Amino acid sequence: MSHDEPLLAIDGLKTHFFTREGTVRAVDGVSLTVPRGKTVCVVGESGCGKSVTARSVLGLVDEPGRIIDGRIAWQPGAGEPVDLTTLDPKGERMRRIRGGEISMVFQEPMASLSPMYTIGDQLIETIRLHLPLGKEEARDRAVEQLRRVGIPRPEERLDAYSFQLSGGMCQRVMIAIALAADPALLIADEPTTALDVTTQARIIDLLRDLQAETGMSVLFITHDLGVVAEIADEVVVMYLGTVVERGGVDEIFHDPKHPYTNALLGSIPRMGAGAGRRLATIRGNVPHPSDRPAGCPFHPRCDAAIGGVCDVSDPPHIVFGEARSVRCVLHDDGAAVGGDFRVDGERA
Amino acid sequence: MLTFIARRCLFMVPTLVAISLVAFAIIQLPPGDYLTTMVSRLESEGQSVDQAMLDGLRERYGLGQPLHEQYLKWISGILLHGDFGQSFEYGTSVAGLIGDRLPLSILLTVTTLLATWIMAFPVGLYSAVRQYSAGDYIATTLGFLGLAIPNFMIALGLMYVMHTVFGYSVGGLFSPEFRDAAWSLAKVGDLMAHLWIPMVVLGTAGTAGLIRILRANLLDEVRKPYVMAARARGVPERRLVLKYPLRVAMNPFVSTVGWVLPALISGEVIVASVLNLPTTGPLLLGALQSQDMYLAGSIILVVSVLTVIGTLLSDILLAWLDPRVRLGYR
Ligand SMILES: Nc1ncnc2c1ncn2[C@@H]1O[C@H](COP(=O)(O)OP(=O)(O)OP(=O)(O)O)[C@@H](O)[C@H]1O
Ligand code: SF4
Ligand SMILES: [Mg+2]
Repeated sequence: MSHDEPLLAIDGLKTHFFTREGTVRAVDGVSLTVPRGKTVCVVGESGCGKSVTARSVLGLVDEPGRIIDGRIAWQPGAGEPVDLTTLDPKGERMRRIRGGEISMVFQEPMASLSPMYTIGDQLIETIRLHLPLGKEEARDRAVEQLRRVGIPRPEERLDAYSFQLSGGMCQRVMIAIALAADPALLIADEPTTALDVTTQARIIDLLRDLQAETGMSVLFITHDLGVVAEIADEVVVMYLGTVVERGGVDEIFHDPKHPYTNALLGSIPRMGAGAGRRLATIRGNVPHPSDRPAGCPFHPRCDAAIGGVCDVSDPPHIVFGEARSVRCVLHDDGAAVGGDFRVDGERA
Repeated sequence: MLTFIARRCLFMVPTLVAISLVAFAIIQLPPGDYLTTMVSRLESEGQSVDQAMLDGLRERYGLGQPLHEQYLKWISGILLHGDFGQSFEYGTSVAGLIGDRLPLSILLTVTTLLATWIMAFPVGLYSAVRQYSAGDYIATTLGFLGLAIPNFMIALGLMYVMHTVFGYSVGGLFSPEFRDAAWSLAKVGDLMAHLWIPMVVLGTAGTAGLIRILRANLLDEVRKPYVMAARARGVPERRLVLKYPLRVAMNPFVSTVGWVLPALISGEVIVASVLNLPTTGPLLLGALQSQDMYLAGSIILVVSVLTVIGTLLSDILLAWLDPRVRLGYR
């Protein structure tokens, strides 16, 4: 099953929240691709729309949010891709994709499990929702899944409740549930943010091993550039609901093109930089998506901003290669403009 | 689970002792003892007092002995012989009076509770799942009306409508011809025909309250991450709501089991009087007014004990329903 089309291709996705206070343009023209068998990391400050992008893929956007534009092409097999934005979020096709073809792991592992049922109940439920197995077979598979994610004495753990387990154990259970039906894509939305540092490292290792073992693709959302360096094949940098830069992990770390990426990299805490090392935070705050600045959304915080340009017109989308692009006027030499005309055109 | 129940039962003992002490104190409340009250009452009615009978009663209640002796005599009489003392208002044993009224009170309570649940459950569920729909607004409006209108008003209104429109008398729990008849199928039928009025009257406020609580809880629960997580793993929507958030939102239903009985007996005296119900509420009110202390104290004792048992039942039910309670994590 090796073809060139990406497993998931998001194109010009716009997900807005129509609140009483006004429209929140949480995701405002996001384009990214997830190739087969690769790990793509999405980074960006809090509130830039990472989670909403991920949820849009599975049709899980909360009220009063709606996908208002864009395509999400999903192509697990050799056939025609499905546009996930056209599926009924409550329909049977989407239900089978969720947990069966695309799984999701969330930030708060403990709260993601219902305290009223054992973890075995929730794991077996997922298995039986997606695979044609009887009770006994499903239970065996559940035990095997728990063992696979490194849970000791899985037969006993099946009867435990979430509140009897640590956060790290709960996240392993969530991963076991996510992988129970062998999905082609795992979306992990800051799966380690709520965990302590040692546990974080173990969960990251586990995810990397499982990815190598199954050959699935991973869309990994994180704040932590250390994690990105460790697991990413490709990186997507988001700012205020847009993708500002995309590239391979080495390109992003060694040749960042967007001033925002540069600033983010400057804010990684460097190990061993002595006591009192601090995050070199980026000047200013992320504006709320409901009062997005005109022109380049980053211009009020950008050191390289060009007056009269950046604060007036939308930055061009410069494409350097299939998986490499940047949205900044600094790289516009007139030659390599391409891509997302629709998004730019609409906003002009 | 068994250790949980055993522990709860053990915790009940001091509560029950405390309740009996309070009931005993209530009996002792009026000035003078039972016999002086009785003697003065008999004399005021112009009857002579038999000294031998007085001595017998003094012996029976341990009057003149220290208080703790009296208490022990009183409580062991109840526990060993079911002897709650005499009511001088009615001139019969308190046990008999309560025995007449209590089963009907319990029947009314249980059926009202069940009706409340049966009404509140689907409506609350609907209101939450279809928040801000027309049905939700209607349920909300009716619910607030049910909460706001005093129960005795509903009772009066219902009686008036039933009487003028249907020419049908709705007081009491039995038609006159059945009131003193032995139990038969016809009598049960008659009871059912009368029971629904107090059920409606007593149940509206509770139903309205439960609907609000269920709706609010459910709306809270459906926003919890575990609901999103279940949806993300492909649990069908209907099953999801019924299986996950509803389980948690049901706790208030179970918690109400404990307190409906005292509410019915103390709070609804007015309704019971208006509807002329042969329940314990009016009996208690009358006993307090005429200082019929053995009767009053005994009713309070019995009702309190039943409340403690109700609370125990609701705790057990809650533990059965919610593993966090069962396993002691909350
Ligand atoms: N239900 C909602 N109603 C209104 N606005 C919402 C809703 N959910 C998200 N948003 C808005 O969408 C924007 C993007 O949110 P999102 O959760 O995707 O950010 P994020 O990048 O995942 O941030 P974090 O790193 O904190 O998780 C936020 O500014 C938020 O205010
Ligand atoms: S477009 Fe202008 S403001 Fe935006 S990142 Fe580039 S230089 Fe900075
Ligand atoms: Mg997020």
